Amino acid sequence: MSFINKPKVAHPSLPTNALGLTRRQYEGAMSTLCAGCGHDSITAAIIEACWGLDMRPEQLAKLSGIGCSSKTTAYFVSGAHGFNAVHGRMPSIASGANAANRELTYLGISGDGDSLSIGLGQLVHVIRRNVNMLYLIENNGVYGLTKGQFSASADIGTQAKKGDVNQTPPIDPVLLALSLGATFVARGFSGDKAQLVPLIQAGLRHNGFALIDVLSPCVTFNDHEGSTKSYTFMREHYHAAIEADFVPPAEEIAVDYPIGEAIPVQLHDGSRVVLRKLDASYDPTDRSAAYAFIEDKLKQKEFVTGLIHINESSTTEFHTLNKSSPVPLNRIPYEALSPGSAELDKLMGRYR
Amino acid sequence: MPKLAAAPDRVNDFVVKFANVNGTGSASANSLIMKTIFRMGVPVTGKNYFPSNIQGLPTWYEIRVTRQGYAARAGRVDIMVAMNAETYAKDVREVASGGYLIYDATWPRSALLQRGDITVIGVPLAKMVNENFDGVRNRILLKNIAYAGLLAALLNLDLEVIDGLMRQNYGKKPKLLDSNTKALRLGYDYAKEHLSCPLPLRVEHMDKTRGHIMIDGNTAAGLGCVYAGATVGAWYPITPSTSLMDAFKGFCERYRVDSATGTRNYAVIQAEDELAAIGMVLGASWNGARAFTPTSGPGISLMNEFVGLAYYAEVPCVIFDVQRVGPSTGMPTRTQQSDIMLCAYASHGDTRHVLLFPANPEECFYMAVQAFDLAERLQTPVFVLSDLDIGMNDWMCRDLKWDDAYRPDRGKMLSAEELAGLDKFYRYVDRDDDAIPYRTLPGVNPKGAYFTRGSGHNQYGGYTEDSAEYQVVLDRLKRKFANAVKYVPRAELTGKGDNEIGILSVGSCDGAVREAIDALERQKLHLDYLRVRAFPFGSEVEKFLSSHKRIFVVEQNRDAQLRSLLTLETAVEKSKLKSILSYSGFPMSCEPIVDGIRAALAEEPRLSAVTTKSTR
Repeated sequence: MSFINKPKVAHPSLPTNALGLTRRQYEGAMSTLCAGCGHDSITAAIIEACWGLDMRPEQLAKLSGIGCSSKTTAYFVSGAHGFNAVHGRMPSIASGANAANRELTYLGISGDGDSLSIGLGQLVHVIRRNVNMLYLIENNGVYGLTKGQFSASADIGTQAKKGDVNQTPPIDPVLLALSLGATFVARGFSGDKAQLVPLIQAGLRHNGFALIDVLSPCVTFNDHEGSTKSYTFMREHYHAAIEADFVPPAEEIAVDYPIGEAIPVQLHDGSRVVLRKLDASYDPTDRSAAYAFIEDKLKQKEFVTGLIHINESSTTEFHTLNKSSPVPLNRIPYEALSPGSAELDKLMGRYR
Repeated sequence: MPKLAAAPDRVNDFVVKFANVNGTGSASANSLIMKTIFRMGVPVTGKNYFPSNIQGLPTWYEIRVTRQGYAARAGRVDIMVAMNAETYAKDVREVASGGYLIYDATWPRSALLQRGDITVIGVPLAKMVNENFDGVRNRILLKNIAYAGLLAALLNLDLEVIDGLMRQNYGKKPKLLDSNTKALRLGYDYAKEHLSCPLPLRVEHMDKTRGHIMIDGNTAAGLGCVYAGATVGAWYPITPSTSLMDAFKGFCERYRVDSATGTRNYAVIQAEDELAAIGMVLGASWNGARAFTPTSGPGISLMNEFVGLAYYAEVPCVIFDVQRVGPSTGMPTRTQQSDIMLCAYASHGDTRHVLLFPANPEECFYMAVQAFDLAERLQTPVFVLSDLDIGMNDWMCRDLKWDDAYRPDRGKMLSAEELAGLDKFYRYVDRDDDAIPYRTLPGVNPKGAYFTRGSGHNQYGGYTEDSAEYQVVLDRLKRKFANAVKYVPRAELTGKGDNEIGILSVGSCDGAVREAIDALERQKLHLDYLRVRAFPFGSEVEKFLSSHKRIFVVEQNRDAQLRSLLTLETAVEKSKLKSILSYSGFPMSCEPIVDGIRAALAEEPRLSAVTTKSTR
């Protein structure tokens, strides 16, 4: 991302979105990640996605755990509050924050260590609870900050920089999310921003839990020959199966998609994702079929990317099940929360 | 007909203990008796000693009738209702000399029930119930009501009061009301016919419970959370705190559901574990909702990491620790005060936390509200340290009252307008020189955006690894904790404070301490008593410690945790503090305090003499 501190003054010729904001106004602090880190490309895609959605910066709540990936919430949308939780526990912060204010847009950034090892329990339960958020895993198969240990997403046979070969099977977050009934499951590659931006936009607008697993090579500890999460390996093995276009409600009419190969899916807020199947055998609305397809491709060492599964008819979103007040809980005036002294006096009768 | 011992009259001052098998429905019979005594205007306590089990293990319930209104366990048993053959031996041993033992004589009398100095009363309860009712489960349940009827006659309980309670309990289920009334009469009539009623130990009407209720601390605390305006509760089930969230949820269903739309002004989230429960509380608090989690010791252990984050990143949160017996899983259904040190310094690094110590359910209610105000005012975790005895037993308390003028103290929270008027917002700058910074909520104004983090940060909210910048924040946090003294409840002094010897105690020891002080008074020993109600300790604690020559620190744990905290956090000379400890897992009674103080003073005749001379 930005490696020098750029002034926040925007040139008048920079394009603006519907709010009159330039992309610069969706940037954050300077990245401190290694030069060429895949995570910085994801940051750029997030900036592009939020700008493109005409999102008020303060509408976004950025949440993360601990690790290289979790640092990146500081590098985008500086006008949004950020919460850097403890290692592996971002989902609980997100769940509580979302319970308190259902109106904000929640973006959780995590890594493969943060989500699949120390935080696996919380990831599983936030999916199960169907908290309305986009959960983005920046997946590089390796622990960066502690210098190169395998993570739980490291593939069998992949080689560490120091030569160790991983022999324990990986946890694939996409298969995991599918098996748990997540209603929006996608995979991207940090090197393919064009594919990633609409995925992020659709994930942010999806009403319920959305997971995007973004393969994001670690240039320092996992970009060597023998690694299955290097840029070279990725470019050779990633399989763009389903392209997704995000179509905001206002532009719906203007969009033209070829009949037959495109599946338009209407999102909760009236926007649409238009899925283009690059592989005719694939149906992203069929969860079991999606699972079988992904598993099969993984056996062939192919990472299927795109919007792998979407289910817009689910009714299990947290607030829906909780029958929460439409007014966010943090904005309900105290007068509406306290039963008052007369009720208390009345209640005392129960305890005599 | 057994001959009853000619015991002296003991009106409104005795203990009945029920030995039952858990899962047999004895609780409703026992509470019927307790409530009847309460409604007759006689102060009463009820203590439940139950196993960590659903069905089949021994369980006891102890009712103390106490005209003096003592809140503690009595430490003796006058009447044992032995309904569990498995524990006969233990139960018989426990009866005080001159007391009574009631057992089910349907089966031949057990050899275990022999004792010359007590009166043994056998009543064929099972036989009577089996002759009158059908159904195995029904018979088991109604046998309990039958012994309640038996006791009603023996203890001179007011039948009209009992009928009133039964109508209240079963009013909507006429069949149940009928069978229960019939079972009650079975026991009552049997006693009237075969035994000389009432016993010398009996109940007579008084007028000492008016304006009072019988309530448990968890219910009161859950109600306090409702009145505090809490909207998010996250928890993981753990004995003995579970009923706190049950109560909150129950009250919310009653008071917080929109009657027109059915939508809820609250969210109760059953988390996957305590790590997640506290995370949810922090997320919700960070977003401006009043949020809390009830738990017990093992839960606090799991929450430690997040508690440190909340302390350092200054996120308000309220944690109820309903303490139970540790270490480890310990004895989950027994009471202790053994998390004092754990909570005071929870989490790694330099941390210190605000603790509140309720002594009874009434304080659980008010302190629940205070805890939220403190957490938001100070932007820090606040622990309410209750315990199983307070949380799960019914205590007689004054009616809970509410002041409708109350509004939550949200502390220093900047509004959208205030933010718009600011040049630049910095999260951790001490603008008012009181060590408390300003906070902002997400979604309000982009100017208020900042990054909440547990990693090193400077006063502007930025990441730092600079020693000086780090220390500015850490030193301010220390000042903030010291300033918390201005906001937390003061310790409560009983006595004029001019005696040379004092008792210092905490929480549910209160009842036992007060009773012990009365007993020692009668022996011409005069003591002052200070009950700490919060940590950090105020100047009144320092004053009490410095103005008394000898201070007995009474608490319910093995390692004298309160005493340790006093020696660490006040200027007291360690040698002045003498511990009186109870860690049996049962609520404290006054005897160990009386005996402990007498024994200590016997070793120090000089102090003893001074104490005896002092007048109040």
